[in-house]
Amino acid sequence: MTDRNRIIIVGAGHNGLVCAAYLARARREVLVLEASDRVGGAAITREFAPGFRVSACAHICYQLDAGISRELKLGAHGLKTAHANLRTVALATEGDHLVLHGGRLEAGLLPDKDRAALADYHDRMLRFARVLGKQHNRRPPRIGGGGRSELIAAAMLGLDIRRLGRDPMREFMRIAGINIFDVLEETFETPLLKGALALDAVLGTNLGPRSNNSVLTMLHRLSGQATGVTGGLSLPAGGMGAVSEALAAAARAGGATVRTGSPVASITLEGDRVSGVELESGEKLAAGTVISNADPARTLLQLVGARHLETGFVHRIRNFRSKGMAAKLHLALDGLPGFARLAAQRAGDRLVIAPDPVYIDRAFDHAKYGQCSPDPALEITIPSIHDRTLAPAGRHVLSAIVQYAPFDPRASTDAARAEFLERTLGLLERYAPGLRRQVVASELLLPADIEREFRITGGHWHHGELALDQILMLRPVPGAAQYAMPVDGLYLCGAGCHPGGGVMGAAGRNAAHAVLGGERAA
Amino acid sequence: MTNYDAIVVGAGHNGLTNAAYLARAGLKVLVLERMPWIGGAAVSREIEKGWMYSNCSYVCSLLRPELFRDLELARHGLQVVPYGGGVTITRTGDVLGNYTDEDVQRREFARHNPRDGDAYHRYSTDVIRQCKFIRPLLLRTPPDPTSFKPRDIRELIYLGREFTKFGEQFIYDTLRFYTMSIADFLGEYFESDLIKAHLSGSGIIGSAMGVYSPGTAYVLLHHYMGDVDGSIGAWGFARGGMGAVSNAIASAYKSFGGEIVTDAPVERVIVRNGRVAGVATANGNEYRAKIVVSNLDPKRTFTKLFDEGDLNPEFVKRARNFKIRGSSGKLNIALDGLPEFPALGRDNPLRFGDIHFLDSLEKMERAYDDWKNGTWSKEPYLDLLIPSMTDPTMTPPGKHFMSVFVQYVPPKIHGRDWTDQDRDGFKNTVLDQIGRYSPNFKSLIRHVEVRTPRELEDEVGLTEGNIFQGELTMDQLLFNRPFPGYAQYRGPVKGFYMCGSGTHPGGGVMAAPGANAAREILLDLKRPSLVPEGWQDD
Repeated sequence: MTDRNRIIIVGAGHNGLVCAAYLARARREVLVLEASDRVGGAAITREFAPGFRVSACAHICYQLDAGISRELKLGAHGLKTAHANLRTVALATEGDHLVLHGGRLEAGLLPDKDRAALADYHDRMLRFARVLGKQHNRRPPRIGGGGRSELIAAAMLGLDIRRLGRDPMREFMRIAGINIFDVLEETFETPLLKGALALDAVLGTNLGPRSNNSVLTMLHRLSGQATGVTGGLSLPAGGMGAVSEALAAAARAGGATVRTGSPVASITLEGDRVSGVELESGEKLAAGTVISNADPARTLLQLVGARHLETGFVHRIRNFRSKGMAAKLHLALDGLPGFARLAAQRAGDRLVIAPDPVYIDRAFDHAKYGQCSPDPALEITIPSIHDRTLAPAGRHVLSAIVQYAPFDPRASTDAARAEFLERTLGLLERYAPGLRRQVVASELLLPADIEREFRITGGHWHHGELALDQILMLRPVPGAAQYAMPVDGLYLCGAGCHPGGGVMGAAGRNAAHAVLGGERAA
Repeated sequence: MTNYDAIVVGAGHNGLTNAAYLARAGLKVLVLERMPWIGGAAVSREIEKGWMYSNCSYVCSLLRPELFRDLELARHGLQVVPYGGGVTITRTGDVLGNYTDEDVQRREFARHNPRDGDAYHRYSTDVIRQCKFIRPLLLRTPPDPTSFKPRDIRELIYLGREFTKFGEQFIYDTLRFYTMSIADFLGEYFESDLIKAHLSGSGIIGSAMGVYSPGTAYVLLHHYMGDVDGSIGAWGFARGGMGAVSNAIASAYKSFGGEIVTDAPVERVIVRNGRVAGVATANGNEYRAKIVVSNLDPKRTFTKLFDEGDLNPEFVKRARNFKIRGSSGKLNIALDGLPEFPALGRDNPLRFGDIHFLDSLEKMERAYDDWKNGTWSKEPYLDLLIPSMTDPTMTPPGKHFMSVFVQYVPPKIHGRDWTDQDRDGFKNTVLDQIGRYSPNFKSLIRHVEVRTPRELEDEVGLTEGNIFQGELTMDQLLFNRPFPGYAQYRGPVKGFYMCGSGTHPGGGVMAAPGANAAREILLDLKRPSLVPEGWQDD
């Protein structure tokens, strides 16, 4: 083999690019192969109607690891923020909207009790999220099977929890496995506030507010802010694609090669170890190490192939829960929509339609049985307010996550899509009268569309549910959670690994460290 | 006014167990019971003349064998008769039976789906391994993971060692098992929707969660970890109804010199100078003791028995927020003959076990949706048994007693209290479902006792009618049960203890909480404890 030293990364999603950049910095020969004609995977900006550009999947940046931005000098590579520190506006059908900023109420009316509880709740959750955030940059420990270093790593995790102090630790252990519905019921009175907070716990997941584990997903969302992302919720200038472009620039600057338009058909093996990849064009590329940014099922079952793997492992990969639940709506508008009783400068914030937790729970009930929610919950941004490059002058783009749309054949037909779009527009119209007439073009991506367009099995943004049974040393599957797969030379670096998705980059960096560490050990 | 060493509030099976161990250690013990009879939710009552009803809990498996032997319950009259069978009948008349022989069971599964037949062995091995892990923990006091006391650290190390002794894969399986939904868990083994529905019932009984709710896989384990005569996962009838369990424990307690007073509802725990001094009953009596043990559920204990001023406000909040949602109901039916189930044919031995009418997981989840929406399930999950087929002492000759456990039944109907009309509506829903599978059933009905959460709360004293005295979810298990920091049976006031199912290891007529609480009390009194600890014969 002539190319034993080459490392091939399959997929130029943000994690693949982060991984490439770190390996390139370590002066390794890195080749990134991307199927589509553009880097970014699910963190891209694309034109969905003439002149209108939008972050096609992820649309708010809230978790990008501060260490990664600094170490890879993303600022120098062109990453700018169009707007930092978005507020969350919980939209009300009547009466005042609530404008929330962290634990503070900036506008709207809440009883004193809720106002105090909100500050307390936010502080408490941030502390817990920090425990999770600390794990992001670590390789998850193996329990019971590894040597000394694994024991130490496991002990570190235990220590982080103990360091919370006695009462917070008890509270953490109590709420880690329960549902957001109960926690909010215990804490607050105002339905609108509870609804907005509940949405944070279920966005992008297969959970309703009443499903256990939903507190954990909320903490995962918060963990980015908790570990010191500057600016909290932010919109990158040029959309999420700009993050990927900056990462690609950083990787290239380090010496990595990024090839787009090169879909990988298979990962080739020689005996028990990887030998390279074969492209759909038939071209064969040799490599001693292959790192896949694709999701676990696609990587192992399609690109490697189940016949090369042990049956029990294949079984576990098949059972990795990865069905998406969120749809993405893009609207091209010929003017700024007028949300009732909302000041124009607030329309650029993160707008939330989730009147109360029961509303969200009802929306979820339909999805359980394979139907899109007739009354969905929404997270809306109008990024063109802050970033004039996204739409022609005077016009705007609206980008919304619409929850719930199950990854189910019954909910993926054209008729189902049309009906879901109709219901969602109707809902928006109720909050922003006249919006429908402003719509020039629209696009609704169901999980099935997301699977097709972004090549993510099941169309789940995180490549797989972030639930207690699929995090840390259990992600994606037990025994293969340390980035190295049970095929020599094969690694995973995507959101299907610890610590999951959300345009964070930690999985990519940890995978790079695992590859370099594995080489040192060999 | 009399002085006692310890007073136990409530003569449920756990209160009696607790009292028995305290009396056996030489303490002067008094058990006070609100009702004219003892037993709490483990009772047999002659509601219809000649018919003995197990009118709350109805089957026995979880009762700890160590306690059964140690208290010599057989000598005190308890006999547990294992029953076989059990079947799910579908709308189309298809059946899926339970068989004790593993190979027969495999073939039964294979009949519905060949791959599921193969998966059965894997499934039962994994579940039994989980049972083996958890069983030794049932009769141990949970450690406090935030504490640095030697005993807690020793116990944590013990837990860690137990946890790791089955190997790495088992650890991961366990972490997943405790957090998954029963539907996802079963989905990892089986393909047939009917098989999944058939097995998933154990994951929802008594809990306000649906088969798709994460956390329900553990509830299944809670129903599997018992045994009858060492056969893990088997269930049996207490001869004479579940009251036989309470009566046998009470008899053991009395043989140690213990005293029980019925018709004595405790109204208040008397607290003086920050420690308990005794109790006052509604009929004006006061009983003194430096130790008071509550067999009531944690919510009722701390919101009803105490003056709020005697407790820390944070603690009161915790007690109020304790999750104890009613989700179950029950029909107890006296029958003039044996109902026929055409799908089973005559003399089918499957009838001796639990009978269910199910088709799919989705149907079960929809039953939960009704609960969430504030009404009883329109197509409920029924766990139907005819104990009189196995234990003829329950009824007059040729007659039968049917026990129908119903999931889901909410504690309130659309936010308001149950009315008698609601109760009748609920009754008809259940009778109609049974009638659809058994044409002669309705004509045999002689008497029906309907138990909604309202009756369970009013008569048995279970808050919201929750049969486990608190949900079996992660936030309320092991060292979190009932509240983090209070899992070692000690209450927030010196001299006050808890011994009900609201404490570790939870409900299901196990008697373990009562025994564990006695161990802690005797430890505090620096007396030798004779309470068995851990699992001896593995």
